[in-house]
Amino acid sequence: MPTPNTPIWEVFIRSRNGLAHKHVGSLHAADATLALQAARDLYTRRGEGLSIWVVPTASITASDPQDREMLFEPTASKPYRHPTFYEIPDEVGHM
Amino acid sequence: MYTQALNQQPESAPREADNAEAAARFQARIDAEERIEANDWMPEAYRRTLTRQISQHAHSEIVGMLPEGNWITRAPSLRRKAALLAKVQDECGHGLYLYAAAETLGTSREELVDQLLSGRAKYSSIFNYPTLTWADMGAIGWLVDGAAIMNQIPLCRCSYGPYARAMIRVCKEESFHQRQGYEIMLTLCRGNAEQKAMAQDALNRFWWPCLMMFGPPDTQSQHSDMSMRWKIKRFSNDELRQKFINATVPQAEILGLTLPDPELKQIDGVWHHGPIDWDEFHRVIAGGGPCNRERLAARRRAHDEGAWVREAAAAFAAKRAPKNQTEKQAA
Repeated sequence: MPTPNTPIWEVFIRSRNGLAHKHVGSLHAADATLALQAARDLYTRRGEGLSIWVVPTASITASDPQDREMLFEPTASKPYRHPTFYEIPDEVGHM
Repeated sequence: MYTQALNQQPESAPREADNAEAAARFQARIDAEERIEANDWMPEAYRRTLTRQISQHAHSEIVGMLPEGNWITRAPSLRRKAALLAKVQDECGHGLYLYAAAETLGTSREELVDQLLSGRAKYSSIFNYPTLTWADMGAIGWLVDGAAIMNQIPLCRCSYGPYARAMIRVCKEESFHQRQGYEIMLTLCRGNAEQKAMAQDALNRFWWPCLMMFGPPDTQSQHSDMSMRWKIKRFSNDELRQKFINATVPQAEILGLTLPDPELKQIDGVWHHGPIDWDEFHRVIAGGGPCNRERLAARRRAHDEGAWVREAAAAFAAKRAPKNQTEKQAA
């Protein structure tokens, strides 16, 4: 019987205390325990991490690059969401 | 690198026609130094070229473990043994980063590995040479990894995002490889006459195959033009080869070794090398090198002997899967 294809996992690593887990890459593993073990061997050989998350790639829903304009363009027309939009006299100082 | 779970569900996206408008938009993005990501539209030829290049690169890393693996148990000290073991482990890691990058283009890991094992895929010609003495570990680290670094640094700016990111990671780790090799050479060269002769012999055997690592001369290279336009490649084979020679000549002088090229001479600051035996290169690429059969046999054996592990892991995961779901429902 041929071995079924091994699932893909995305690997996230917290590099330092206080920082968020950041995506570092992916790997193949049969289950979560083996994925964690492989992530440790593959992505933390030089003290890169304090904590690892592994997520089955199939569970990730990504936005479609073709929807980029529809999704993100509207924010370009809303400068009033940024602090520099508002005029404050210099004598007020830092606000 | 972001990888699609391509081996779980067959690719369902309709193959877009390579229409001229999309191709022009794609080239404009490349020209503007934008990175192309896995889900972006790309010409089929770009996808094929990159799949071939990245997977060959991955295969090279994996096969590249074999010549050095040959000396792990016979390293002359614990320090050397630990370093060599770590280096070989890195090569495996590099292969895995690269397979993951190649997979984002739509070919599964299993298919890529199968291409290597069945002999359909190529890998770097350099790994088909034998490692006869301990000095070869020095020559490989210094020269083979040195040449690889020359090749790989420009790839960190490759137009395909997942490949570029994998290469950044690889390059960060590669510098230790070259330095440990050079240190081995330096130690041998400062040793007795026999040890220095061993270092010279390793250099003599690896020099020309290393120059061949950069690929055929620009006048004969098949893939270069398009790769340059697509910014997969940033420098031509000959340019990279020249950079490598210029960097290596003074390093050999410090070791007190002689490069095995009587025609090597410096003109206006640039080193000119003698003729490279391209027949040898083509012969080794085509399978006629000293170790081609041995390398593939070793990979096949490792794959076959690991089959029970893959099967057991898959069976265990399958057995656990329904139980996990019941637990979740209960919770």
